[in-house]
Amino acid sequence: MHSTTSESPAPEPPSGTGPPDPPSSAARPGPAPGGAYSPLPATVQQALKIAVVGGFGAGKTTLVRSVSEIRPLSTEETMTRAGDGIDDTDGVEAKHSTTVAFDFGRITLDATSVLYVFGAPGQERFWFLWDRLFSGALGAVVLVDTRRLRDSWYAIDRLEAQGTPFVVAHNDFGDTDHTLEQVRAALDLDPAVPLVRCDARVRASAKQVLIALVRHVRSLVTGGSR
Amino acid sequence: MTRSHRQEGPDRLYVITSGRSGGADDSLDAVTLVVAESEPVPGMQSEHARILRLCRNPTAVVEVSAHLRLPVAIVRILLTDLLDTGRITARHPRPAPSPAHPLASPDVLEKVLVALHDL
Repeated sequence: MHSTTSESPAPEPPSGTGPPDPPSSAARPGPAPGGAYSPLPATVQQALKIAVVGGFGAGKTTLVRSVSEIRPLSTEETMTRAGDGIDDTDGVEAKHSTTVAFDFGRITLDATSVLYVFGAPGQERFWFLWDRLFSGALGAVVLVDTRRLRDSWYAIDRLEAQGTPFVVAHNDFGDTDHTLEQVRAALDLDPAVPLVRCDARVRASAKQVLIALVRHVRSLVTGGSR
Repeated sequence: MTRSHRQEGPDRLYVITSGRSGGADDSLDAVTLVVAESEPVPGMQSEHARILRLCRNPTAVVEVSAHLRLPVAIVRILLTDLLDTGRITARHPRPAPSPAHPLASPDVLEKVLVALHDL
């Protein structure tokens, strides 16, 4: 039997991005079916998704929690990479696959549709997972922390290359030293990409970020009128 | 406590999927909604039974993954088993967004906006 370990190849802090307080309703002895978790109406036919990407500590989980109708859930995506299946003769676990944790929340839109909001680390090494997980997403939010702007660069490049609509949200941790214009310049952000400021802890503010995204997507759909 | 799946160890995941690492239905998106079409039966693999109980109401693939505390890739394999035997059905996301046309339809966007405003 080969050993396919599920361990992140780069065990630095961001990997596995443990949500601050995972042991929630989902944490205790398995799901209480139809009970501890809040089921969707049987009439729901369609799910949509929005991705929130950002560096470690940018506030992704916080934003998801602020808008979600359920306590955010956490899970992992695993991808086996080339080199898998090589026999491991000395018994040391070989790192053949990569596992990345992500959180998500949910917003029921109406009787037939539901929106899932995913928070995911945006660093380069994770994107081979997000490409699959987020394909077909309505759009994305890049959450930036001005203390770690460079964490956002790759995500922005990648989303632009993919043609995925996105907005950038500056999660304001009481940082009033930077104007949005300065943030835009520092990110070298396309003028067509909306940039908003938010406090991810506050639902009213977090939801405005999602609204900014959906309006942006709508403006693209209806012919780019801004 | 960390509830990382990786602490479960690869052997357990290997057993759950009977050693399979592939063969999952590619159409199973992260937010494909899964609906049970039957109740668990005696002798059924426990993970399959849990999925059937969990999915009495529509449940997204990632939710199944979170509640079972199994990686999404493993859950896809388990769901494919149940799809193949007709024990669940899948409600896939609208196929509209594609790499070439990643944008949603205006009516869907309006619906999302209304719901977000009401949040």
